[in-house]
Amino acid sequence: MTEQRKRIPVQHLVGFVLSIALTLLAAWAALGSGLPTLWIIIAILTLAVIQAGIQLFMFMHMVEFKSQNGHVPWNMMLHGFVLAAILVAGSLFTMSFGFSHDHDEEDHNQHEQQEQQEQHGGH
Amino acid sequence: MQLDEFFVTGEPLIYGAMVSIVLVSAAILFILTYYKKWKWLWREWLTTVDHKKIGIMYILSALAMLFRGGVDALMMRTQLAFPDMNFLNSQHYNEIFTTHGTVMIIFMAMPFLIGLMNVVVPLQIGARDVAFPYLNAMSFWSFLFGALLFNISFVIGGSPDAGWTSYTPLAGAAMSPGPGQNFYLLGLQLSGIGTLATGINFMVTIIKMRAPGMKMFQMPIFTWSTFVTSFIIVFAFPILTVALALMTIDRIFGAQFFTLTGEGLPMMWANLFWMWGHPEVYIVILPAFGIFSEVIATFARKQLFGYKAMVWSMILIAGLSFLVWVHHFFTMGAGAFVNSVFSVSTMLIAVPTGVKIFNWLGTLYKSKIQATTAMMWSLAFIPSFVIGGVTGVMLGMAAADYQFHNSYFLVAHFHYVLISGTVFACFSGLVYWYPKMFGHKLNEKIGKLSFWFFVIGFHVCFFPQYFVGLDGMPRRTFAIVLEWMPLNIISTCGAFLMGAGFAIFIYNVYYSFRYSKRETTGDSWDGRTLEWATPTPVPFYNFATVPHIRSNDAYVEMKSKGETTFDEKNLEPIHMPSNTGQPIIMMAIMFMASFFLVFEWIWLAIASLIGVIIMMVIRSFDYDDGFHVEVDEIKRTERSARGL
Repeated sequence: MTEQRKRIPVQHLVGFVLSIALTLLAAWAALGSGLPTLWIIIAILTLAVIQAGIQLFMFMHMVEFKSQNGHVPWNMMLHGFVLAAILVAGSLFTMSFGFSHDHDEEDHNQHEQQEQQEQHGGH
Repeated sequence: MQLDEFFVTGEPLIYGAMVSIVLVSAAILFILTYYKKWKWLWREWLTTVDHKKIGIMYILSALAMLFRGGVDALMMRTQLAFPDMNFLNSQHYNEIFTTHGTVMIIFMAMPFLIGLMNVVVPLQIGARDVAFPYLNAMSFWSFLFGALLFNISFVIGGSPDAGWTSYTPLAGAAMSPGPGQNFYLLGLQLSGIGTLATGINFMVTIIKMRAPGMKMFQMPIFTWSTFVTSFIIVFAFPILTVALALMTIDRIFGAQFFTLTGEGLPMMWANLFWMWGHPEVYIVILPAFGIFSEVIATFARKQLFGYKAMVWSMILIAGLSFLVWVHHFFTMGAGAFVNSVFSVSTMLIAVPTGVKIFNWLGTLYKSKIQATTAMMWSLAFIPSFVIGGVTGVMLGMAAADYQFHNSYFLVAHFHYVLISGTVFACFSGLVYWYPKMFGHKLNEKIGKLSFWFFVIGFHVCFFPQYFVGLDGMPRRTFAIVLEWMPLNIISTCGAFLMGAGFAIFIYNVYYSFRYSKRETTGDSWDGRTLEWATPTPVPFYNFATVPHIRSNDAYVEMKSKGETTFDEKNLEPIHMPSNTGQPIIMMAIMFMASFFLVFEWIWLAIASLIGVIIMMVIRSFDYDDGFHVEVDEIKRTERSARGL
């Protein structure tokens, strides 16, 4: 309860500024940095992990071991991770599994068939 | 932009609507001014943080939305009654089925249930308000302004017309230019803020604010259903928020997330939408299950049969609800293996649902049933919902779904589950808790009349639609062929019966307000749970003294021991939150920002968003810690309420 009486929430302000800075950095990496695409993706992913860490530690009570419940909310975090896994894995599963994306192969097959037909025609 | 582009023109029906909107608004303004009610309205309602008043406002708004969505439905049924009806043109029909679906799900079903939760849950667990009363008021205003934004679309700018699912690429900027679809995106986004906040609010309230001694597995079942629903809300709504934001960025700022060109992935919208959308249907059905459980246990005069099985099946349903979303687009073209996986997970949901059905039957078995109006709504639910559920399992079979997909069979199915589940529950719950909210019961005779009209109308309306669907009538068509006419006429008659049922219900509200006997005790139905332990009208602090809970049906035990919530010796000052005008002002500015964004007036939108941020800063430096109700005042209030 003493925590709530503190008038200036330094931790939250630092977290707020940091998260905005990281967001701007990510936007710059994508739009203005001129890096190769692979490095942009790696940079954004790294920034995202740092961003998530900031959220967890500065805002999401990760460090309040001795708060009123006396434990880290692993339980809720687990729910969050499971949901994220369902979202990502599920989307990949439904959006890619069973669709034929390999257009090259298809073209190749058609090409082969055509060649065979042509060969037949030749004989 | 020209004025005639701003307002919708050229439709006599819409001109009529404009005139009636102006007349009704003028009438409301006149009445408020004439009876000098402005101050009262502001002080008692617009700035309130009391969960009971917020709940009532939710329910009133939801009834208004039920009216609007119902009028949409009747217009559609009129158009579909005969071949070549020229009542609505195709564009207008598209707009109407879109707004009907969106309004009914987002602005009717959810707010109605959230309203009931607001009124009932804190009372059921012995709390004096929700955990975050300010946030609760904000939730309500964000919902109301979201609904307002969505509803003005039909007179200003044009309604969205891409279906309530708003599938891309049809809903994208290329194929649906103009503000219509933006109204959908931003209206949902705005009200979604409130829903998410409500989910968090109730989660914390239920975990932290239960009466001393009340274990999780002693909570009333409606509270349990609210708790599980809150979890679904907190996990599902962010998906909608992100999906809506992506499409908004697509439409307004020219990104390519869901477009056909620029390597967009239109089907990803369907994927994300239903990742939220399927949990969403459980958000509107689980609280309904909770209401039925309360009503059935009360009027069967028995403890709920299989309480633990009920709770666990709800948790199971909530978990499974995140694993079935693909069954909404089996025909999208995913492979047989993907469809099979989701077919099986879909059918799994029937198991816990079946458990619940048998538990209700078990509660009713060998009981002395009191056929009150609330109970009749609940009894009608069981067989009707089973029909909807069984056809749902039929739809869940991926191979068969290729036949049923997008036909009236589907339309009949989801109306069967949503109306007999959610709408019956809303009526049942409203009738049941009405005396707690307004201090008098609804008239039973008129209530039963409206019940019979509505339920018979419901079956007459939707049962034929299964068959006309099997005959090949597609969903969202605005013209029928001669072959489908007989069943469609029957269906339309049913729809008007339902309309009559709703009208009788509203008349009943008026009639009961005038003539019903006022409640003298708080315990109108010989209830079993804690909300009936409070006097009626409920004092704003709910409980003068919070009882110690030892068993499942807390109030049954209290009555047997002669305890009340007014233990005069143990009174202490009660800490309550102060009213505040900030939530309504903040959300009004948010409404302006959204409205400007709908018309893509970016600078005005940015200016309004800065206004919202200023409101947040003001809130951050708001050190109002509420006030205390003194013991003397509590004594006076309780004595007059209890007639001591």
